[in-house]
Amino acid sequence: MSAGIAVECRGVRKEFGNGGGKVLALRGVDLDVSYGAMTLLVGPSGCGKTTLLSVITGLLNSNGGEVRVLGEDVERLSGSEQIVFRRRNLGFVFQQYNLLPALTAAENGAVPLLAAGVSRRKAVEEAKHLLDTLGMGNRADALPKQLSGGQQQRVALARALIHKPRLLVCDEPTAALDADTGYAVMELLAAEAVRPERAVIVVTHDSRIFSFADTIARMDDGRIIGIQSGLRNGNQHAVGSQETQKKE
Amino acid sequence: MNFVALKMLTGDRAKYLGLVFTIAFCTFLLENQSSIFAGIMKRTGSQIADVTDAEIWVMDPKTEYFDQTKRLKDTDLARVRGVDGVGWAVKLFKGNPVARTVNGKFDVSICLGLDDATLTGAPRKMLLGSWERLREPDSVVIDKAGYVLLFPGEALQLDRTLELNDHRATIVGISDASAPFASYPVMHTRYSQAVNFVGRERTELSFILVQPQAGVNDEELCRRIEAQTGLRARTSDQFRWDCIRYYMNNTGIPVNFGITISIALIVGVVVAGQTFYIFTIENLKQFGALKAIGVTNWRITGMILLQALTVGAIGFSLGSGLCAAFFAITLNNLPTRGLVLMWQNAIGTGIAIFVVVVLASLISIRRVLVLEPAEVFRG
Repeated sequence: MSAGIAVECRGVRKEFGNGGGKVLALRGVDLDVSYGAMTLLVGPSGCGKTTLLSVITGLLNSNGGEVRVLGEDVERLSGSEQIVFRRRNLGFVFQQYNLLPALTAAENGAVPLLAAGVSRRKAVEEAKHLLDTLGMGNRADALPKQLSGGQQQRVALARALIHKPRLLVCDEPTAALDADTGYAVMELLAAEAVRPERAVIVVTHDSRIFSFADTIARMDDGRIIGIQSGLRNGNQHAVGSQETQKKE
Repeated sequence: MNFVALKMLTGDRAKYLGLVFTIAFCTFLLENQSSIFAGIMKRTGSQIADVTDAEIWVMDPKTEYFDQTKRLKDTDLARVRGVDGVGWAVKLFKGNPVARTVNGKFDVSICLGLDDATLTGAPRKMLLGSWERLREPDSVVIDKAGYVLLFPGEALQLDRTLELNDHRATIVGISDASAPFASYPVMHTRYSQAVNFVGRERTELSFILVQPQAGVNDEELCRRIEAQTGLRARTSDQFRWDCIRYYMNNTGIPVNFGITISIALIVGVVVAGQTFYIFTIENLKQFGALKAIGVTNWRITGMILLQALTVGAIGFSLGSGLCAAFFAITLNNLPTRGLVLMWQNAIGTGIAIFVVVVLASLISIRRVLVLEPAEVFRG
């Protein structure tokens, strides 16, 4: 795997169903995701973005190709090794936040540390500190139902970052938010999540947030149809753009 | 993660309280009905348990329980006394004369005739008067419940008279005899007096009470008596269990209580299971998120079991408390006297509740275990 590449996908295929009802969700996807960058995976609904994200995170196994995440061939790991790998190295931000309604914001943020066996007191303390950084310090003891959508997504971001993952995956993080709130969340994500030792993948079809991307990988019909990289540092260049579109 | 599991459980207050009260209700019914059942069964041998002077009961070989008596011959007493290892043996009469007061109140009674010389088997728990006064003519000791039944609303008082099958009897003592299976007054009197009250027959001896010599095993002596006399000999404990078995096998009481207990169990499993399942389904996305984050299936199973066991423990404690309060309130009522929450029933109910909550959580656990963590990405 190349230095500086956190995720490397080569010819990844994924099928659902069998026989006549078989659906090809991924048709040989090639993708590199770099450390220190925010990579947006964009495309219309049903194009395979979420499936690719699930394969990269080890939540689904592919039917062909190779997926290396943080140097590991995740599909060769046993089930329990995959769980430990995810717990240690991956952070998740979901479209619907998926916060535990009975836990406070700080307790929700602390969940990955609790799952790793950190004491409740220490974990909540760290979560409060992180929430403070994310501008939620005064809402640390609030329950999710007492928070706005944007605030809940910030708590979800805290939960995703608390254990300092090397890969952060965000599934449509702005889909449930209005434009201003979504923009604010993305600003926070770009400022707090993108680190030299961490790669960030954001699945979205919200074109308003494309400006936050370092790399944009466009998908359609289970394929990567174009990649634009170097967007935020001004060295924009396109790989596999319209004229070099990948063919299966 | 235990703390997360407990907060998830108590966070939804309505379902949490619903689960707790379901288990509490189930516990109350199980403990209450099983204790009443056990208490009623125990009553079938109350008169046996009240005889604390002798260890062995000898009776006709076909006798199956206390109320089923076939008269023995007087010579049987001498035969039993002749068995090696018998310390002493005395007669006991049991009859059912009708007791009638001067006010016309009457009821069938259980009349126990004690050996004239020794008064073996006399009630030891006296509330008023003395069992030694049974040596006086026409004297009887009546139990408190029987007195209240025959003299309703009147204070306990000695030297009152009543009729037993048209024979005059004087109350010389009021005992605290254990409640019999049927709510009849329990009278104690001398053997010679009792046969007069009931009416003399060709044979009158109901039971022979035997005390073994020191160092002789009760059960071994029973075997010797049976071998040498052809009569049936049982230790007090064996005879009480004979009575319980008889009522278990020959009455509808176990079926009646069994139905209630079964319904309590079924309601407990179904309602608790359904509520728990709904609770889990509503948290499915969150469980999926936990799985994606890296919480193992084992840990999630542990969380759900912890939730179930917590609900079970709280509900069981609440239900047991209610049941204990019920028996504390009813303990001194004459119809329910002696019915208590037995520790065996509490332990048995605890085990049943444990099974209920584990069964109730199994469906939920399965639902979470088969959940694909990738589901959390589907909006």
